[in-house]
Amino acid sequence: MSTDQNILVKLNDAGLQLNNKWLVKGVSLQVEKGKIVTLIGPNGSGKSTTAKIALGIYKKIDGSVEKYTNKVGYVPQKISIDWTLPLRVNDFMMLTESLNKDTIDEALSLTGVIHLKDKNLGDLSGGEFQRVLLARAISKKPDLLVLDEPVQGVDFTGEIALYELIKKISDELSCGILLISHDLHTVMSATDHVVCLNGHVCCSGSPMDVAKNNEYKALFGEQASQILSRYEHKHDHIHTDEGEIKKN
Amino acid sequence: MFDDFFIRALVAGIGVAFVTGPLGCFVIWRRLSYFGDTLAHSALLGVTLAFTMEFNIAISVFVISSIIALILIQLQKKTNLPGDALLGLLAHSSLAVGLVVIGFLTFIRFDIMGLLFGDILAVSVNDLLIIWIGGALILLVLKLIWKPLFASTVNYELAEAEGLNPDRAKAIFTILMAAIIAISIKMVGLLLITGMLIIPAAMARNLSSSPQSMVIYSIIGGLLSVIIGLFTSLEFNTSSGPSIITAALLLFILSLFKIKQTIKLKN
Repeated sequence: MSTDQNILVKLNDAGLQLNNKWLVKGVSLQVEKGKIVTLIGPNGSGKSTTAKIALGIYKKIDGSVEKYTNKVGYVPQKISIDWTLPLRVNDFMMLTESLNKDTIDEALSLTGVIHLKDKNLGDLSGGEFQRVLLARAISKKPDLLVLDEPVQGVDFTGEIALYELIKKISDELSCGILLISHDLHTVMSATDHVVCLNGHVCCSGSPMDVAKNNEYKALFGEQASQILSRYEHKHDHIHTDEGEIKKN
Repeated sequence: MFDDFFIRALVAGIGVAFVTGPLGCFVIWRRLSYFGDTLAHSALLGVTLAFTMEFNIAISVFVISSIIALILIQLQKKTNLPGDALLGLLAHSSLAVGLVVIGFLTFIRFDIMGLLFGDILAVSVNDLLIIWIGGALILLVLKLIWKPLFASTVNYELAEAEGLNPDRAKAIFTILMAAIIAISIKMVGLLLITGMLIIPAAMARNLSSSPQSMVIYSIIGGLLSVIIGLFTSLEFNTSSGPSIITAALLLFILSLFKIKQTIKLKN
């Protein structure tokens, strides 16, 4: 019973089909309070789609999603903002929830962009904007954080600092985090549970379990513990255009 | 006080400007100017129906414009035509049908020019009540849906993911658009209502750095346009709508100089 109360979002055999093609299929996972669940997998394996299913952005899905909180912070992978809108960083911070000045300043300081507070959103660099996105998501002190490649475009030292920050936030706010990351180092060190996707769940478990898993090795190669320079993808099955899975 | 037709027109115009200011900003942000045009064109049908059934013009226009908006949403779902083609189809067919119906109503004398371009002589005390009460309601509802509407204007998925229900906000905003057209038709005329929405907001964009300041400048621009436009209309006996929109255009042109200055300063 106590573990059930900690569940923030739960996917039961969830999938999404668009134009008769499965983007992702049969995903079951759950995010609990204070835990970090990381989705890994090659490009096009359905990581972002799975995150959006968990957030309830897609309405017509297969399977089901049970969401137990409305306090959600989201950092999308791609965000297209119309720059004709006059929007400063400070306005953007209050986009979905009104926050007081101290809360905004604190979040912007944590991600190292407090000096950009009054700048126009359109004038930021990619990495700066990414830090603002993360600051916005954490400033609401959410129960559930969904971070879709939250440090893309951030410089190397910043990347490490931000991942440490994410880990710290998870501990301090005891919020659950659904993280999508390409950095296997981070995945292995900071994550409680890894889900390896490739259009479906290849394998999942603790980072060590997954690292030992044969499918994982097939997906990422033997040198998976090294920095991910190649994304080789070998498999015991192939995916047809309809999204069906066939054994070799 | 409201005995004088010019005072009535002024009070009506000021009421309209308070509402078109913030709504116009959303029309620009959400790229809805052609959508506004379509609703305004369909208003003629609403006016003719009001005359036929001896019904209140504002309410009749509001109902017809809302129906046209609903038809548009249905057509978008059920056909493969692009949005602008559907808007053009609805705008011109509803305008045409409205004019044909007027042709049949030979027993009523229509002031077509007044309908198309506005007529300050036509504003009654009753209209003032509709504009100010209706306008206050529109602003109140807009304030209530501001957060989800604005958030989804910036990014739909963020708004949806963080539980703001952007679809409902969008539907309510569509109704607000029909409502502003209904209450401002007598002042500005149905061909120029979109101008009243867009031009002050466009001017405001040139001057502002935040959404709130854009709304405020947009209201000020609308108020100035109405006051300057109406006095011109009185002085030179021109239609009220075109006079107001011309004043708005002049303000927009002035605002361009501010941009030039800012660019100079940046360099």
